[in-house]
Amino acid sequence: MSYALRAEWTKLRTVPGTVWLLLAVVAATVLLGLVADAAASCPSGGCQLDLARTSLTGIYLSQAVIAVLAVMTIGSEYSSGMIRVTLTATPHRATVLAAKAVILTALVLVAGTVAVLGSVLVGGLILPAHGFTSAHGYLPLSLRDGPVLRAAAGSVLYLALITLLSLGIATAVREAAAGIGGVLALLYLIPIIAGIASPHWQRHLHQIAPMTAGLAIQATTSLRSMAISPWAGLGVLAAWAAAALLAAVALLRLRDA
Amino acid sequence: MRGGTLTGGTISAYQSETGEGRDRFAQLLRAEWTKFRTIRGWLAGMIIAAVVTVGIAALDHASCGGIVMPGGSVTAGQGCSSPVGPGGQAVTDSPYLVHQPLGTEGSITVRVTSLSGQPAGPASAGTAAGLQPWSKAGIIIKASDRPGSVYAAVMVTGGHGVVMQYDYTGDTAGPPGPVSAASPRWLRLIRSGDNVTGYESADGTRWHVVGTAHLAGLPATALAGLFAASPAGSTSAASSSISGSSGGSGANLATARFDHVIVRGGQPGRAWAGGTVGGNAGGPADTGFHQAGGTFTVTGSGDIAPDVPAASGGDGFAIEHTLLGIFGALVAVIVVAVMFMTAEYRRGLIKVTLAASPRRGRVLAAKAVVIGSVSFAAGLIGSAAALLTGEHLLRSNGNFIMPVSTLTEVRVVAGTAALTAVTAILALAVGALLRSSAAAVTLVISVVVLPYLLENTVLPAGAADWVLRITPAAGFAIQQSLPQYPQVAASYTPANGYFPLTPWAGFAVLCGYAALALAVAAIILRRRDA
Repeated sequence: MSYALRAEWTKLRTVPGTVWLLLAVVAATVLLGLVADAAASCPSGGCQLDLARTSLTGIYLSQAVIAVLAVMTIGSEYSSGMIRVTLTATPHRATVLAAKAVILTALVLVAGTVAVLGSVLVGGLILPAHGFTSAHGYLPLSLRDGPVLRAAAGSVLYLALITLLSLGIATAVREAAAGIGGVLALLYLIPIIAGIASPHWQRHLHQIAPMTAGLAIQATTSLRSMAISPWAGLGVLAAWAAAALLAAVALLRLRDA
Repeated sequence: MRGGTLTGGTISAYQSETGEGRDRFAQLLRAEWTKFRTIRGWLAGMIIAAVVTVGIAALDHASCGGIVMPGGSVTAGQGCSSPVGPGGQAVTDSPYLVHQPLGTEGSITVRVTSLSGQPAGPASAGTAAGLQPWSKAGIIIKASDRPGSVYAAVMVTGGHGVVMQYDYTGDTAGPPGPVSAASPRWLRLIRSGDNVTGYESADGTRWHVVGTAHLAGLPATALAGLFAASPAGSTSAASSSISGSSGGSGANLATARFDHVIVRGGQPGRAWAGGTVGGNAGGPADTGFHQAGGTFTVTGSGDIAPDVPAASGGDGFAIEHTLLGIFGALVAVIVVAVMFMTAEYRRGLIKVTLAASPRRGRVLAAKAVVIGSVSFAAGLIGSAAALLTGEHLLRSNGNFIMPVSTLTEVRVVAGTAALTAVTAILALAVGALLRSSAAAVTLVISVVVLPYLLENTVLPAGAADWVLRITPAAGFAIQQSLPQYPQVAASYTPANGYFPLTPWAGFAVLCGYAALALAVAAIILRRRDA
C-alpha cells in the first residue's frame, strides 16, 4: 500500500494542474463567499440570514473544482493509457483506487481547511459592516461558537466526501467529460428540478440529494425547519460516496482496463 | 475519383472534385457531421438531452385546489383560474364596485376625502398589513360587472398618487401624494362613445387631464361607479431557499370615503347597486358600501390589475414552468460539445483534421455549425414536447396556465432551443481553449447552470440579480413569458420566472460570451501547435 501511495503522490504532485486546481479551490471558495457577504443586507423588516451559511457560499462553486481534480486523477489515466502501466505495477486494483482516494482526500482536506478558514475570516470582517451586529441579534462569526465550528469543519468534510464521490463516479465511467458531467448533474440538477415537485416530494429530494443533504451541515439557524439535520445530511453524502467507491471497485475488478 | 489514372504513359495529378471557397466549407461541414454522427455516445447524449427535457416536464404533479402536505393538512388553493382581459392576458378583477348605468355620452365626478387600509383578518407573519402602495379607490367606467370586461378608471392609491388605469395593463401616472380630508382629490371620467378621459383636480374647479383610453367594445349602456380594492400584502423577505421557508400572505381591505358624487348621462334617480366583481366567494366578509346623504364609504379587497403569479395570492403557472428540464439537457449537451472538440486531441485526430484542412478557423466554424445545429434540434424537440406535455399535465390536474400570445410561446420554445445551441457552441470553444474535458465541462456548467441554482438558494437578492446580468446564465431570460407590471407589487425574482434583463438582452449576453470564446479559440488554435 505504501508503494501505491507513493506512486499516486508522485503522479499527482508532478502534474502542474494539481497545484492550480487546489489554489482555485481556495480562490473560488473565498471569492464567492466574499460576493455573498458583500451583497448581504439586513433590511428594516428584520434579517433572517444564516451568517455561517452565507460566508461559506463559495463551497457551491469550489466543489466543482474539487470534482475536476478527482475526475482528472482517474480520467487522465484512461485517456493516456497510463492505467495499464499503473495496474501492471500494482495488480491489486482496489489498492490503486484506495491509494488515489487517500492522497486526494489528504490534499482536499488541506486546501478545504485553508479555504473555509479564509471564508469565515472574510465573513467575520465584512458581515458586521452590513448590519449583522449584536444590535440586530447577531454574534460575530467565530469558530468558538459551536454551530459555526460545525459548519466550518463540516464544510471541509463535505469537500472531502465530494472528492470520494467524484473519484468513484469517474472510475465507473472512465471518461473524464462524461464523469464530470455525471457528478455535476447529480450535485446541481436535483435541487433545481426539485422546484417542480410538490413540497412533500421536495423535502424528500432534499433529504436524499447529495448536495442539499450534505450542505445541511452549514446550517446554524432554524435547524428545526430543515429537511434533514446537519450530521444526518453529511451521513447521506457519505453513503453516496461509499456507494460510488464500491461500484468503482467492483467495475475496476470486473472490467479490462 | 479521377486521380491516378494511367493513360498513354502520362500520369495526371490528383485533383479534388470540389472547388475552393463555399464548396470547401460544405465539405468540412460534411466531415464534421460524419465525425459527430458516427459516435454513438454523442448521439445518445443529444437524445438524452431531449428526453430529459420532456421527462422532467412529465414529472410535474402540481395540482390546483391544494397540495397535500405530510401530515394530511391541505393548503387551500385560491380559485384555480383567472379571468382573461381584453388584451388576452390573465387578470385579477375583484374590486368592490358601487355602480349605476351610463349611456354613450356621460360623466362621473366625485371627491375622495380618505383612503385607509386594514388587514382583513389576523395578519400573517412577515407580510405588510393595512394600506398597500397599490391599494386603490376611485371612479370607474366599466363594460359590465363580468370579470375581465373592459374599463377605464381614475383613482387615488396608497403610495403612487393619482393614477389612471384602463384595460388592466394601461397605467398613466397623475400627480403624486396621498389623499386626506385636508387635501382631498377630485376625480372625473368623461365618456364619449368608446373614448374615456380621466381628469383630476385639487379643488373641483381647475381640472387636469390624467389620460385617455380607447375602450373597444364598450356597450351603449355601461356601468359608472365607485370602487375600492387592495391587493394582499407582499411578503417582505421573499426567500425561497433550500431550507424551505415560505412567507404567507394576508388579504387586506381598503376603505375610501367619497362625496360630491355626480353622474351625468345615466338614469337619474336610479339607486346605487354594490357588489364585488365576480362575486365574493372566499373573499373577506367585511367588504361593502354605506351611503349616508351624499357621502359614500366603500370597502373592497382584491385588485383590478393584470394577474401576476408571483404576487401574493396569485395562482397559475407561466408556460416556462414546464421547461425546467432544460437544465438536465444543458448538462448533456455541454458534455457532448466539449468532447466533440477534446476527443480530437485525445486520439491525435486533430493532426489529421488540420492536415486535411489547414485553415484552422474554418475547422472550428464547421464544428460550431454542426454542434449548434444538432443542439438546436435536440433543444427544439425537447422543449416543444415538454411544453405540450407539461401544459396538458398541468391543465388535467386543474391548474391554470397564464395565457400568452402564440408569438411569445414560439419565442419561449425556439429561444430555449437557441439557448441550448449557443451553450453548446460556448462549450465547444471552451473545450478548444482548455483541451481538457473535465475542466471545460466544469467551467461551462459553473457559468451557465450554477448561477441559476445559487440565485434560487443561497445568494442574497442583490448579488443574485447581478449574477444573472453578467454571467452567461443571463440567457435564461429568453424563457420569461410574462412581463413585469409596475402597477402590481410582486416579488419579481428569477425563482418566480422574472429575470433582471429583458429576454433578448439576456440572450445577447450569452451570445456575446459564446462569440468571444469562439473568437479567442480561433486565434489560439491558429497560434498553438496542435
